[in-house]
Amino acid sequence: MFLSLLTICLVVAVLLAQVNKLTTGPIAEAKAKKLEDAIKEVVPDFDNNPVADAYLMPTGNGDSLLVYPALKNNEIVGYAVNSNSNNGFSGRIDIMVGFDTQSKVINYAVLSHAETPGLGSKMGEWFKNNDKPKQSIIGKDLSKRQLHVSSDGGDIDAITASTITSRAFLEAVNKAYAAYMNSDAETSATSTNKNNEEKGDNSNE
Amino acid sequence: MRRKETIAMNSNLKIIINGIVKENPTFVLLLGMCPTLATTSSAINGMSMGLATMFVLIAANAVVSLLKNLIPDMVRIPAYIVIIAAFVTVVEMVMNAYVPALADSLGIFIPLIVVNCIVLGRAESFASKNNVFSSALDGIGIGLGFTLALTLLGAVRELLGTGKIFSLSIFPENFGALLFVLAPGAFIALGFLIAIFNNLQKSKS
Repeated sequence: MFLSLLTICLVVAVLLAQVNKLTTGPIAEAKAKKLEDAIKEVVPDFDNNPVADAYLMPTGNGDSLLVYPALKNNEIVGYAVNSNSNNGFSGRIDIMVGFDTQSKVINYAVLSHAETPGLGSKMGEWFKNNDKPKQSIIGKDLSKRQLHVSSDGGDIDAITASTITSRAFLEAVNKAYAAYMNSDAETSATSTNKNNEEKGDNSNE
Repeated sequence: MRRKETIAMNSNLKIIINGIVKENPTFVLLLGMCPTLATTSSAINGMSMGLATMFVLIAANAVVSLLKNLIPDMVRIPAYIVIIAAFVTVVEMVMNAYVPALADSLGIFIPLIVVNCIVLGRAESFASKNNVFSSALDGIGIGLGFTLALTLLGAVRELLGTGKIFSLSIFPENFGALLFVLAPGAFIALGFLIAIFNNLQKSKS
C-alpha cells in the first residue's frame, strides 16, 4: 500500500522535474518579452538594453521603483518607469509609464491588475484616448501639477463608474513621475545636484 | 465479424456522446461549477479552460485505468489526486511557457483543476472500472461536453455583456449589459442554458 503510493509519487516527481526543466527557459523568456514589449510601447525608439540598464529609484515615500532608461546613440530619449498602486478597486495595479526628457508622459501600459471587467479594466485604453483630451494623460506635463481625477479637483476625467480605479491609476502615474524626477536629476548630475538630492532624502525620512 | 466491429464502434461513440449529452458535466451533472462560473467571462477563456480540463481528464483517466490493478483500494483517492495534480501542473507550466496571456487571464483556475470534481469523479466512477481505451474515450467525451458547455456559456455572456463573440464585434460598440460579464450574469446565463438544455432533452425523449 505504502509502496505503491510512494512509487506513484516518485514517478510523478521525476516527470514534473523534467517538464519544469523544459519550461523554465520559455517561461523566463515569455516574462522578459512581456516586459520588453511594455517598455517599447511607452518610450521612443532606443538602441540600448533598458532591462540590463534598469536601476531602482526612490520615490520619496520610502518606496522605490524600477526605472528603465531608453538611450539612442548614447543619449537619453526617455524613461520607462515600472510603477504600481495598492489602492485599486481589487488590489494592486502594475503599470509601465514612459516619460520623455521634459517631464511629459509619452505613453503607458497596464502590466497587471484585477479590476472589474468592463469597468475598471478600461484603464488600458481610457487614459490614452486622443479623441477625448479631457481623459487622456498622454503629453501631460507632470512638472506643472500632479495628475488627479476631476472630482478631486484635478484635470483628468475618471473612468465612468470607476473613480477608485482611476484614482489608483493616477496615483501610480504620479509615483512613477517622482521616481523619474529623481533619476533624471541624477543622470544630468553635477555634484551640487547630488547633494541636494541627499538632503531631500534625509528630510523625507 | 463485421457486425462485431460496428457494435464496438457504436459503443465507443456512445461513450463520447454520453459525456456530451446524457452526462454533460455542466448541464446535467452540475459538476465543476467553480471554474464554469468564474472563467466564462469570454468565449475564448471558457474554451481554453475546457480544453485544459479535457487534456487532464483524458490523461488522468488513461493512467488511472492503467494502474487500477496496482493501486490498493485504501489509498486509491490519494493516488488519483497525485496523478491528476501531476497532469495539471504540466498543463500549468506549459501554458505559462507558451501562452502567457491566456495563463494570465485564467490565473488561479488552472491549478484549481486539481480539485475539479469532474476529474476525480470520472477517475473513480469510470476509469477505475474500465479499460484504458474506453477510459480515454470517456475523458474525451466528458472533456468535450465540458468544453462545449463552457464555450457556449462564455459566448452567451460575452455577446450579451459586450456585443462580441471571440472578440469579434457582432453588435455595435455600446451594446451590452455589463451584468453578464460580472458574476451575477454567470449564474443567470447558466440557469437559462440549463433550462434550455433540459427542455431539449425532455422533448427528445
